[in-house]
Amino acid sequence: MSVNIKEWPGTALGSKDLEEGRVLTVRHRVRAEYAWDAGVAIGRYLRELKAGRLIARRCRGCDRILLPPRMFCEECFRPTDEWVYVQDTGTVNTFSVCYVRWDVARLTEPQLPAVIHVDGASPGMGIMHLLGEVRPEDVRIGMRVKAVWKQVEEREGAITDIRYWKPIAEEVG
Amino acid sequence: MPERVAIVGVGHSDIRSITPGVSYKELMFEAATRAYEDAGVNPRRDVDSFISVSEDFWEGTSIFDEYVPDQLGGALRPVHTVTGDGIQALGCAAMLIRTGRARIVAVEGHSKHSDMRTPYHIQEFAFDPIFNRPLGAHPHYLAGLEMNRYLFETGTTREQCAMVVRKNRSCAISNPRAVYGARLSVEDVLASPPAFYPLTELDIARPADGCFVMVVAAESVAGDLAGEPVWIAGYGWCTETPSLESREWGEAVYARLAAQQAYRMAGITDPFRDLDFAEVDDSFSYKELQHLEALRVCRPGEAADMLEDGVTGPDGDFPVNVSGGSLGVGHLLEATGLHRVYEVVLQLRGQAGSSQLAGVERGLAQSWRNLPTTTGCVIILEKG
Repeated sequence: MSVNIKEWPGTALGSKDLEEGRVLTVRHRVRAEYAWDAGVAIGRYLRELKAGRLIARRCRGCDRILLPPRMFCEECFRPTDEWVYVQDTGTVNTFSVCYVRWDVARLTEPQLPAVIHVDGASPGMGIMHLLGEVRPEDVRIGMRVKAVWKQVEEREGAITDIRYWKPIAEEVG
Repeated sequence: MPERVAIVGVGHSDIRSITPGVSYKELMFEAATRAYEDAGVNPRRDVDSFISVSEDFWEGTSIFDEYVPDQLGGALRPVHTVTGDGIQALGCAAMLIRTGRARIVAVEGHSKHSDMRTPYHIQEFAFDPIFNRPLGAHPHYLAGLEMNRYLFETGTTREQCAMVVRKNRSCAISNPRAVYGARLSVEDVLASPPAFYPLTELDIARPADGCFVMVVAAESVAGDLAGEPVWIAGYGWCTETPSLESREWGEAVYARLAAQQAYRMAGITDPFRDLDFAEVDDSFSYKELQHLEALRVCRPGEAADMLEDGVTGPDGDFPVNVSGGSLGVGHLLEATGLHRVYEVVLQLRGQAGSSQLAGVERGLAQSWRNLPTTTGCVIILEKG
């Protein structure tokens, strides 16, 4: 149908019409601000990040070491049992190379988000973070990595207290 | 005849004005643990489906359903969210069971109100963006408008509304779940700072944090479980227009129509005679009176007389909000309906402690989704 229509009736709108207020719209910017209580498990996790350590919880029901830590085991539905420090080294489970920023701008240095299985935690447990000190073409699944921490005085008890994870091989080599 | 459905387990977390020590997940785990213990079920084995009530903007996370399974024992199981009041979720649980799709369903609702830094701006975000938000007033003014019209139409007075506050805050003293128990006089309420005329500050329920979890089961399995079953005899819900310009301001039409559905299901023809007590929405003082009239417990304009005569007091013929209601317990966002149901369940089981009513067989819980909504829910619960 529409392919047969050569001329559309009406007046086309351009961005200028919107900018100059010829098309009426109503704008509203919501003020939605939150301060989530971290609670027992994540509160401790963040405090340990500030101290430059990663901490997990052990569940004796399934004998898993859960990272990020939680006060309950989602498999066993029971409270977890004890705090366990884990390493700040791990293995890349999967990664992506982001050439496009959220506002669709092209990135000359792509971001490298990765899921890292952390040494000392149970299989499938780890941290979602960024890779650094590595060229995108050199990143591979199974790569061994280590956390690069911020300086003590810069840490604030946040996931960003780790700047990124870098390949261990480069550190050794 | 469809299979009967019962609430077979109930549990709640600590209820506090703020809960800085625990995350919302830890709050939910606490309530769920108690509910499953009460019902004698293992959620990893026995619960067929999980329903959470939440509203993304209250939580600060969109698609919030994704964040609820772990702490409810629902990981890798059927889970869905009802973005509404907890009584709507109980109705959905009953329907899941009646279709044969599930035999045991867990229902969860919580409030982590204290996580919000700008709760009233978030509430304003529920207003129509074109017609209403540009006016910019604090969202509670809608309750002032409604109260004013309700008083005008029924002849109810501000003093009588203050008596609701006095009754409910006083009842809350003996309820261990209640945050805001207090002995107040009518004069205390009227003399508290004016807020949104005719409302004073004390006419408005204050928020609280807390979580409720309930286990709902089919009759065929309810008898094998540990929890004493309380039967769901009827339920209904209804939404009037969102338009502030043309909605009914004096009467709570949504509650009247929701009650009609529930009454029809439960075979109730005379609510005052057929029910023994009720927990109804009192998130603003006048709402208790307006809702009782909509529920047809009395005729329009008569709720205040019932209150003054002590009929709706804890020792009256038709006790209302003997728990302390939202004015006494605190408003729990979408978990508010589940809180009211919880109080009805305890009463029917004879487990309400010093608030226990004598000889109650059948009770009603009614909720309203607060400003600016016109959504109300009704559920009828009964023994044996």
